[in-house]
Amino acid sequence: MSRTGLILLAAGLTLLAPPMARAGVSPGDSFPALTSSDLALGALPETSGKIVLVDFWASWCSPCKASFPAYGRLYTEFAPRGLVIVAVSVDENPADYEAFVRKFSPAFSVALDKGQKLVRAVQVPTMPTSYLIDRGGRVRHVHQGFHGAATEQALRKEIEALLSTNTP
Amino acid sequence: MKTSARIVLLLALAAVGALSGCATTNAVRVKPWERGLLADPTMDPNRDPLATEMIEHVYFSREAAAGGRGVGGAGCGCN
Repeated sequence: MSRTGLILLAAGLTLLAPPMARAGVSPGDSFPALTSSDLALGALPETSGKIVLVDFWASWCSPCKASFPAYGRLYTEFAPRGLVIVAVSVDENPADYEAFVRKFSPAFSVALDKGQKLVRAVQVPTMPTSYLIDRGGRVRHVHQGFHGAATEQALRKEIEALLSTNTP
Repeated sequence: MKTSARIVLLLALAAVGALSGCATTNAVRVKPWERGLLADPTMDPNRDPLATEMIEHVYFSREAAAGGRGVGGAGCGCN
């Protein structure tokens, strides 16, 4: 291929390639510090050295409604062994967030991502998405959507494995 | 570089520049966490099945042509 052809090809590939999408947080990545985000209306628990399940939800998201009782069961089962659950709402209207929390009154921690800063940093691929983070602050598993018993079972297995192998 | 080659190069660059807009999806894509309004029940065109059925009934009675919107029937206008 001639030099001009090569230059043309390179220019074409550069310009036509879809813009690099901001990659979301995936297994192996460090999860952004919850304390550095603008989370409001909830007291954040101590997460250092613990297995943390961060769930992004919204009051308008139907699978999120199904996920809360399941997270409640997981929390009851594993919290004594060191599991922390933080459910982060991406609701734009604080009243919707409050109504949802009042309805479900979860035992685990909930917080409102004011201005959707954390969710932007994480680049959540779908609603809801949950991130299982090990004691070192590294994401180990990502669950896109909530698929009822299947997700709950998968989470139970992963939490169990992390709690037994990932010692403080 | 020959004039014809230069013209081809310029045309190719112009085409690439113009077409690159097609590859941009970020400008229009609603992020998953921004879909609160889209998920509102009022955004569902079929949120009241009874009302929809009544409207459909009036529609096919007036048009004398059932089935235009996937409704079962032979189009006799008798129902």
